[in-house]
Amino acid sequence: MTSFWSMWIIVLTTISFVGIIWVLFANRKREQQSTDETTGHEYDGIQELDNPLPAWWFYMFVITIVWAIGYLILYPGMGNFPGVLGWTQIGQHDREVAASDAKYRDMRDRYMALSIEEIATDPAVRKMGMRMFGNNCAQCHGADAKGSYGFPNLTDGDWLYGGSPDEIKASITNGRQGTMPAWGDIIGDQGVTDVTAYVLSVNGREAEPAQVTAGEKVFQTYCMACHGADATGNPAMGAPNLANGIWLYGGNVEQISHSVRAGRTGVMPAHNNTLSEDKIHILTAYVYGLNQ
Amino acid sequence: MKHEVIETNIGLMIILTIVALSFGTLVELVPLMFAKETHEPIAGLKPLPALELEGRDIYIREGCNTCHSQMIRPLRAETERYGHYSVAGEFVYNHPFLWGSKRTGPDLARVGKRYSDDWHRAHLYNPRDVVPESNMPDFPWLFEDEVDGEKTGGKMAALRKVGVPYTDEDIAGASAAVADKKEIDALVAYLQQLGTLLQSRR
Repeated sequence: MTSFWSMWIIVLTTISFVGIIWVLFANRKREQQSTDETTGHEYDGIQELDNPLPAWWFYMFVITIVWAIGYLILYPGMGNFPGVLGWTQIGQHDREVAASDAKYRDMRDRYMALSIEEIATDPAVRKMGMRMFGNNCAQCHGADAKGSYGFPNLTDGDWLYGGSPDEIKASITNGRQGTMPAWGDIIGDQGVTDVTAYVLSVNGREAEPAQVTAGEKVFQTYCMACHGADATGNPAMGAPNLANGIWLYGGNVEQISHSVRAGRTGVMPAHNNTLSEDKIHILTAYVYGLNQ
Repeated sequence: MKHEVIETNIGLMIILTIVALSFGTLVELVPLMFAKETHEPIAGLKPLPALELEGRDIYIREGCNTCHSQMIRPLRAETERYGHYSVAGEFVYNHPFLWGSKRTGPDLARVGKRYSDDWHRAHLYNPRDVVPESNMPDFPWLFEDEVDGEKTGGKMAALRKVGVPYTDEDIAGASAAVADKKEIDALVAYLQQLGTLLQSRR
């Protein structure tokens, strides 16, 4: 703040103090007792009395003024004067953060020194992890981590990007960007129908044999690069296993056809800008532990 | 001064009332209008692009700010949950401010990039689909209604008058930038940029 505005605040605050004190004392009636004098106002026989302010009320005003002066001496308020205590809002925040960091540092160091496998079953880690999961993950994956339409179930042992501790940690830290292209224009309606039939067949489900044969050709031309020749997926690309009966976007004929025709994008947001390494470590252990 | 004098002279009473009330404004608000902190944008702050701007207007139209604040106070409990506390420089292009004052839902000041676009779409279509205990209303019409780009350029020109540095190209291209977009696209684009310039890891 420039010194002009600092002075502006100091001068106006002082004027308002003086004004308030003057209003309070100049209007104070000397009589200590009620006089039953009226102001001359009368409505329907009800008269307005002109009694002095009760003493407790008057002194309460005085106390608030004294309090305000004390406050402005101790805390910032008078322009650029920082207050005798040197208190700031940000300073208090930073102290509280430093205090919590100091409090939990040993515990964090202890867990960071251990591997994910070692801490995954630790009851304290599971409890902390559950809280962190509730705050950061449950919005998409659900409080029970069982996911929902479009958001993967983390408890079924099936992983788009791999379920090892390192892979889970990478997913949380850097996020994931899954892209299934739209194939409708490339393979045509018949191609979509055929390849859907083939995908059903690799799950042991009923499908038109002629369509399955045609669909296999389409699959081995367009789909196997990501999903693999045996349709079991590829965690390196986040391509799902299509042969295990687990469906992120639903497994009925219409839903599978739609995925093929229009494509899908699945985004896991990165958490390396919001969560510290040790929290990601504990979250990873929690998620890893869900499948142990 | 006798209070009879003031009470029987309405003009004087009005003047003295205004004088008494103006002290708070003069001391607490006026200096901030000239303070550097409230005028200097933080590094990287840009005016909202056309689609995000229309998204902001949908945010206002649907009254999101009545249940969601956009103001993280410098309290540890808040910065642990929401991220870095809000600073004045983040809001220099906000007209009006959407700080809000009530949190029926969570603070949204740094919701940008926290969730995927798909999540936002699912959540706005029916919040219960992704957060079973949510009491947020559904907004299904956002998926049907198209953004009306006719006034987008005009909105930018108006904002430029109050100091938001939109360029002539921004204004000229505004309608084209929102053409054929659904309202949900605009709202999600707006949400996904909120608070992303200032990050802190906790």
